Amino acid sequence: MTRLEFMQGNTACAEGAIAAGCRFYGGYPITPSTEIAEHMARKMPKIGGVFVQMEDELASIASVIGASWTGARAMTATSGPGFSLMMENIGYAVMTETPCVIVDVQRGGPSTGQPTRASQGDMMQCRFGSHGDMSIIAVSPASVQEMYELTAKAFNLADRYRVPAFVMADEIIAHMRERIEVPDSVEIVPRRPLEKGTLPFAPGEDDVPGFPAFGHGYGVHVTGLTHDDRGYPSSTDPRVHERLVRRLVGKVEGANREIADYEVTNPDAEVVFISYGAPSRSVAQAIRDLDDERVGHLRLKVVWPFPDFALAAFKSARVFLVPELNLGQMAREAARHTAVPVVPVSEIGGELHTPQRLIAMAEGYL
Amino acid sequence: MNYQDWLRADRLPHIYCAGCGNGTVINCTLNAVNQMGWAPEDTVFVSGIGCSSRAPGYIITDSLHTTHGRAIPFATGVKLSRPDLHVVVFTGDGDLAAIGGNHFIHGCRRNIDLTVVCMNNYIYGMTGGQGSPCTPLGAVTTTTPYGCHEPPFDLASLAVAAGANYVSRWTSYHVQELTRAVKTGLETPGFSLIEAVVQCPTGYGRKNKLREAQDMIVWMRDHAVLLKKWRRMDDEGTPHPAGTFPVGEFVRRNLPAAGVPK
Ligand SMILES: Cc1ncc(C[n+]2csc(CCOP(=O)(O)OP(=O)(O)O)c2C)c(N)n1
Ligand code: SF4
Repeated sequence: MTRLEFMQGNTACAEGAIAAGCRFYGGYPITPSTEIAEHMARKMPKIGGVFVQMEDELASIASVIGASWTGARAMTATSGPGFSLMMENIGYAVMTETPCVIVDVQRGGPSTGQPTRASQGDMMQCRFGSHGDMSIIAVSPASVQEMYELTAKAFNLADRYRVPAFVMADEIIAHMRERIEVPDSVEIVPRRPLEKGTLPFAPGEDDVPGFPAFGHGYGVHVTGLTHDDRGYPSSTDPRVHERLVRRLVGKVEGANREIADYEVTNPDAEVVFISYGAPSRSVAQAIRDLDDERVGHLRLKVVWPFPDFALAAFKSARVFLVPELNLGQMAREAARHTAVPVVPVSEIGGELHTPQRLIAMAEGYL
Repeated sequence: MNYQDWLRADRLPHIYCAGCGNGTVINCTLNAVNQMGWAPEDTVFVSGIGCSSRAPGYIITDSLHTTHGRAIPFATGVKLSRPDLHVVVFTGDGDLAAIGGNHFIHGCRRNIDLTVVCMNNYIYGMTGGQGSPCTPLGAVTTTTPYGCHEPPFDLASLAVAAGANYVSRWTSYHVQELTRAVKTGLETPGFSLIEAVVQCPTGYGRKNKLREAQDMIVWMRDHAVLLKKWRRMDDEGTPHPAGTFPVGEFVRRNLPAAGVPK
């Protein structure tokens, strides 16, 4: 049974989180993400959860990580400037393998830029913004429905891989209202607890250790310093560092195919759009209007790790066109994985690509 | 349990310099925690970055050694999510008052049920003895080579003004008083700050004619003035001799608090 509702994207994001069992929200207001905090402030106390408005974004993500160590599903939401402030503690979450969900409703940057206009300018900050070598997981919703579904999915991915998972939304999706199907329940893949007697940071079978939640007698020491399998600092031995960081990166990159989530339209196409988030809607319209099997579409729901193998699904591709609300961040990533030319189709300032523009571009290559 | 049973024996020896005051504060804190009769599995230690913040790594409970200055918001997340856990924060003067200053005052304002033990050695120890927001006027550090010309924070008064329920200051000379103060902090719902002035022979003493650990302990003994006396002098209009500072209980009250178990 599902129920139909007319909802704003940000509300759907909060509702998806709640459905996935999120019971801790720590945040700081920033446009265009604020409705998520406001919705959580209303809902959390009613369902036995915690809402706390922290003093800034550094504190918000810190509180989320602290809550996560008690075993709670925990989340924060922000936009560009706040996202930048979170970066050090995001690295801490990576290093300490703390599952958490961070929603970034992207607005125009750099700096305070365009608070009320859409952007996809934080895609690389999400991937590489914190210092050191690391890998994270990120989803990118293209509808209000996906704000709900992919936020819920982000919790499962975070817990499964013990890594921060990002919902890289944009202002268009966050503020639009659509009819969505709200399911009775969503799939919940719980965090696997650490088996008693095993070391808290030992790789285990799939490089993802079980989770030693606080208050259960594990007596685990959690540090952002390079640490050994016991969690004890060991920050000068090159082998300990290399083994740890390679595992942290490898546990995500090695599971790329398992994590990947994308849609392929017209796999035999010669001209292929790659998109994620709001521009996917213009691409979908363009594909419908063109009605030509020589034009295809790869739509990414999971953007990090980047599903490089998905490009190979388009065997006849002569060009990849990548419409993004930035100057070509994911286009550059795509270009790293194919010999076929990749052309960025940029739109910055807050307007979405028109289907007409995309149609004209595709026709130019046919 | 004995307070020594709280130590993580397999991590010793520790990284502290010979004569460092942090060990005394850790002992006093663990003694107080032990007197509470708490189970280690119900107790969590959280810290930021600095020599002082290494303390949780030597304790057998669950612990978070976090990022510089951010211990209080991390601890806030733990405490709000699991109010039944006892959460103790170790921090340094730089960690708490410089990079963490905003979190510190908001922790006090929120009056979140934490006990914060700040080891105030007047400098940044771990990075090699630079000036901190608590460096006394005139003191020489690696970044105040001509003497510190900025007035220091009074951490205890700041915490009182910002809304903490319990605030005390002692030194690593006042072992009994310090232990009792931490215990009172642990017993008091809401935010407790226990400021412990400690000797850092390596970073502070060496540059300020207090080369041996003992020199600074004697200095603390001779310059700490009981708060009652300090306030009497204020009332009388008697000036405080140079270098003296008040110790004792600054406030004990029962303002509404956050994260207190129901
Ligand atoms: C964001 C950030 N800036 C700077 C540092 C470098 N750093 C490490 S410890 C420290 C100062 C610690 O001083 P304090 O908190 O007084 O603790 P102590 O070592 O004196 O006990 C600094 C600045 C850091 N780790 N992170
Ligand atoms: S530098 Fe100072 S504070 Fe740090 S361990 Fe040495 S004596 Fe202690």
